[in-house]
Amino acid sequence: MNRLAGLLGLGAGVLMVLGLWTGLINAPPDAVQGEVQRIMYVHVPSILAAYVAFTVVLFASVAFLLRGTRGWDRLAHASAEVGVVFTAITLFTGAIWGKPTWGVWWTWDARLTGTAVLFLVYVGYLMLRSAVDDRERAGRYAAVVGIVGFFNIIFTHMAVKWFRTLHQPSTLQRGTIDAALVFPLYVNLIAFLVLYAYFLVRRVRLAALDEAVEARALEG
Amino acid sequence: MNFLTLAGHILRKDLRIEARSREGLNTLLFFSVLIVFLFRFALGSSEVQVRQAAPGLLWLAFILTGLWGMARTFQIERDNDCLESLRLVPGDLGGIYLGKVLVGCCLMLATELAILAMFGIFFHLDLWAALGRLVVVLILGTVGFVALGTLFSAITAQLKAREVMLPLLLFPLVIPVLLAASQLTGLALAGEGLSAEPHWLRFLVVFDLVFLVLGYLTFPFVMED
Repeated sequence: MNRLAGLLGLGAGVLMVLGLWTGLINAPPDAVQGEVQRIMYVHVPSILAAYVAFTVVLFASVAFLLRGTRGWDRLAHASAEVGVVFTAITLFTGAIWGKPTWGVWWTWDARLTGTAVLFLVYVGYLMLRSAVDDRERAGRYAAVVGIVGFFNIIFTHMAVKWFRTLHQPSTLQRGTIDAALVFPLYVNLIAFLVLYAYFLVRRVRLAALDEAVEARALEG
Repeated sequence: MNFLTLAGHILRKDLRIEARSREGLNTLLFFSVLIVFLFRFALGSSEVQVRQAAPGLLWLAFILTGLWGMARTFQIERDNDCLESLRLVPGDLGGIYLGKVLVGCCLMLATELAILAMFGIFFHLDLWAALGRLVVVLILGTVGFVALGTLFSAITAQLKAREVMLPLLLFPLVIPVLLAASQLTGLALAGEGLSAEPHWLRFLVVFDLVFLVLGYLTFPFVMED
């Protein structure tokens, strides 16, 4: 487990540096937006990592409810925490990108609103966990929120999309992006996913140690 | 015990409690009068402004009163030390969930009709023409809200920080209901048929079904001790 974490950490480090280099130095500035567009190389990969993280929460939650093994619960908890961090990064970088291109830090656009709600749902998930003392019960309650919350987010995204949207359509789905800009985006995407995996492994291990310490303390 | 039978028992039990104490409905009604008055003062004296905001305000009023109604669903069980007995009920615990959803819908719909009437009187909205459509929207929106609210009520009733945790969990998740239902309410109040925007109608129906099923499936895990 430690070796895996080490490898992931190393991989994430190397890929992040490579991603920064291609994104900030190697890639040409955007034809319309200029230099500010480079924020995309952080903005897009972090939200995709967050989506992966919350999908992992869903599956780990289902597995925990069905099996009841602590490992699944630790995985769900860890993934939710990392996902919330990546969602926060997306919201912040989005605001920084929005100010020069749209003229405002925030707008009630569909994708912004959807992401903000996503953030709130999983912050609630984490707060619920900390509100329950008993670990077993915290895991079960959180798993229910992790499952219900995931499906709810799909509805939220659909509902807010039916309002007028200002956000540019998804960069990768649109396919209008120049190859010179796609390559750094993919490099950063992989870098963020590896970084997510690294955080996840570390966080799961931390949770396991936490529980071990607690068990030791109870033994006296 | 079959889950429908169980749901029926829960519904009968809670309605009997309500009929004898009238605690829930009385508080909900009084609370909603207060909310309507607060809205009036918050919005100033412009009638046009109030009318424009009416659909959203209506649903905000439902959700705010509903929050208390939902918190109460399992608090009465906890206060009377009945959660233990509910856990021991033989058969499918999902039936308890279904029963509680039915109770919640009854109380909520009664309150909502009262709020609607108050909006009509205080804000001079013409409700009669749209009443049929409004009731359809009320039912669809309420089922979605109560489906989520009942599940989270069961979770938070067992917590120390229950007053904070319920809105914290529930509010972000009812945003889709708030959106869809206030859109449809706006249509109905404007005198248009709901089929003018069929996607919102379908949206609410699917939302209700999905979260009723998810609530039914996950509820037994919430009740486990």
